Amino acid sequence: MVTFIQQLINGLTLGAVYGLIAIGYTMVYGIIGMINFAHGDIYMIGAFQSLIVILVLGFLGITWVPLALLIVLVVAVSLTALYGWAVERVAYRPLRGSSRLAPLISAIGMSIFLSNSVLLLQGPRGKPLPSATDEQFSAPFQLIEADGISAQITDKQIMIMCITILVMIGFTTLIKRTSLGRQQRACEQDMKMASLLGVNINRTISLTFVMGAALACIAGLMVTLYYENIKFNIGFVAGIKAFSAAVVGGVGSLPGAMLGGMLIGLIEVFFSAYFSVDYKDVAAFGVLVAVLIFRPTGLLGRPEVEKV
Amino acid sequence: MTVAVREMPAPVSIATVNAERLKQALAAAVITFLLTSLIVGIQTVSSTGQLDFTTRYKEVFIASGAVFFGSILVSLMREGRPMPALIGGGAVTLIVGAILLLQDSSDAVRALVPFQAPIVNWGALIIPAALFVRAAQLILEARAKAHGRQAASVRVGATTQKAVPWIGIVLIVIAVLLPWLPLGERTEQKKIIDIVTLVLTYIMLGWGLNIVVGLAGLLDLGYVAFYAVGAYCYGMLSTYYGWSFWVCLPLAGAAAATFGVLLGFPVLRLRGDYLAIVTLGFGEMIRIILINWKVVTGGPGGINQIPRASFFGLPIERTVPEGTVSFHQFFGLEYNPNHRVIFLYYLIFICALAVNFVTMRIRRLPLGRAWEALREDETACRALGINPTNTKLTAFAMGAMFAGFAGSFFAARNQFISPESFVFLESAVILAIVVLGGLGSQIGIVLSATVLIGMPELFRELKDYRMLAFGIGMVLIMIWRPGGLMAHREPTIRLHGKGKQPAAAKSAVTAKEAVAAK
Repeated sequence: MVTFIQQLINGLTLGAVYGLIAIGYTMVYGIIGMINFAHGDIYMIGAFQSLIVILVLGFLGITWVPLALLIVLVVAVSLTALYGWAVERVAYRPLRGSSRLAPLISAIGMSIFLSNSVLLLQGPRGKPLPSATDEQFSAPFQLIEADGISAQITDKQIMIMCITILVMIGFTTLIKRTSLGRQQRACEQDMKMASLLGVNINRTISLTFVMGAALACIAGLMVTLYYENIKFNIGFVAGIKAFSAAVVGGVGSLPGAMLGGMLIGLIEVFFSAYFSVDYKDVAAFGVLVAVLIFRPTGLLGRPEVEKV
Repeated sequence: MTVAVREMPAPVSIATVNAERLKQALAAAVITFLLTSLIVGIQTVSSTGQLDFTTRYKEVFIASGAVFFGSILVSLMREGRPMPALIGGGAVTLIVGAILLLQDSSDAVRALVPFQAPIVNWGALIIPAALFVRAAQLILEARAKAHGRQAASVRVGATTQKAVPWIGIVLIVIAVLLPWLPLGERTEQKKIIDIVTLVLTYIMLGWGLNIVVGLAGLLDLGYVAFYAVGAYCYGMLSTYYGWSFWVCLPLAGAAAATFGVLLGFPVLRLRGDYLAIVTLGFGEMIRIILINWKVVTGGPGGINQIPRASFFGLPIERTVPEGTVSFHQFFGLEYNPNHRVIFLYYLIFICALAVNFVTMRIRRLPLGRAWEALREDETACRALGINPTNTKLTAFAMGAMFAGFAGSFFAARNQFISPESFVFLESAVILAIVVLGGLGSQIGIVLSATVLIGMPELFRELKDYRMLAFGIGMVLIMIWRPGGLMAHREPTIRLHGKGKQPAAAKSAVTAKEAVAAK
């Protein structure tokens, strides 16, 4: 029971990260129907930029967590969002309207380019979180204790969940209530019609990428704080798991992406706790295949009507 | 998709155009600065467990400045004024070239070298040179047009188009003669043949994947899994049971095809992109199993000392065990280590040709026509009574089988296999070869495999920068030619023969092409 609660907490934390990345995939797929393969690497760049800002802040002597976190969020998130914009502008926009495979290949190329440029610029070794920042976090809280083992929750995990909930609330409001969100949803349904009604399509698609990249950067920041070590190649595996999460939840659905992320995170954590750490990725993909076979539109996705 | 009306250029004075252009160039420069300010400008250094950083803002400022001027020159060139680009590109090329040539002469010159990494300096040389060449090309074309002649590039393109049927035959003749050409020293010869062998392996993989992606239109991102199945099949059967290469080759193909059917059966009714992600997941699953199932696969260390392939039972070795005859003894030749290299070269060459031949023939069978029809319109195929799942499965199994053959060849050539060789990047490379070559084009795959695999192998000194250049190359080629290098979608079979279409059919075909192009 205690192990179960502990794994539940760990799984939800991991799931929040996957969910935030998955939203970027699901929005881009919903609006232009392509798998943005470089999204995992945008997340990796977000993690690196967060780490660099933390490092510079530590050098300047700003280590009080709330202030430092705010500065990191503003600086790293806006710069990573710019990466999302630039990738779309350079690699995808010239290919809009060509075959379905061309943007995908371009995205794979972009993904290889981004991860390798970070490899060359920042080196192949894992980067640890500066200990000055790490010491700011307190010891984990004991929740319950039985048979000599205890379930704990750290303030980082609480922080990750709070940030995720806040971001989700803000983001849902943005999509549901603002004119920007309306334009985005209109383009998702019918891009040609939306453009006839005066929606600026290029701007809307750009903003979709910007929002996805911003959320990916928040996920990257959380991973940097939580695992205290990042590397140039973390984007690939996180990327495919987050895309699996988007598919499991139903492509195009924002709550679905979060739900899928939570599911994949929980399955991964529980599988490693109760069965085998080595095969946790196999379990995650197994769930993906199972969901696609029995419910091809995902858990919360709308059934797709094929027009002939 | 482009519904937005193109804005007509309003008659504005030069000054406003310049202000607009300056604004755009400035925006580009600021964006470059912001993008590079953290990732390039600050380098994290981990020393004794602690993270520290150093700055390198010189590079950031140089890059931003280059983007500023470059964007002005390019926007002028786009408006039909290539002269500034010609002068600017040429001047920068000359200056950077001079600095790089003279950098060893004195410290003063060395301080002028723009970047720390030598390879980035080459970029600083090549990019302005490319601008110069493009501007020169535009100027020459404009001149040719003024004199009423066809531009040189158009004429070259037309000639190449006519020569396409002959290119294949010429390439085959060259490939057959390659080991007998005077390529220099023995080591030199070995190096070149090794590279061509590698290129041929990828051509064979590309042709295999072309059946799945190019003909049947199924996006497979985990193709390398079947390659791995083939490689491990030969690796395990030969090291554990001592089976010969020639027995294992068909078995490896069959095993890979079986895996293809097993994977394909549940997932082939999914739509294209879902299929892509499931195949990607499957590829990763195979790799994880190879890493962790240590008893059978040897784990991360892989399988060592896999026996080499023999020449129909004659081992190509210097010394052979008592009672067996080696290749050079049998033919009364002097022992030459290059014999094995040449033998492997011809082996993969024949395998690849066989794959090509089978593909070309199958395209004319009802099965091959069903693949292409399914790619164009699945609903129409169902209506005509084609079973989509079975048809897709055959394409999947066929592609997997060819990957299995290539895999067992890979194991026999390398004598060592490990999960490291079967990462997703390999799948991406093979897919890139198919798409860059032009979907469905056999000769295009030869071209793109040569460009993507052969070129980086020749420039091995680039090492770390190879993958970087590879990524940029994929993006640029896609932007330059979204349909691939040899883009054409000629139907294999026509109802009315070439050029004899009735008017109605013609308009239908054009409409179809418009849909396909979209």
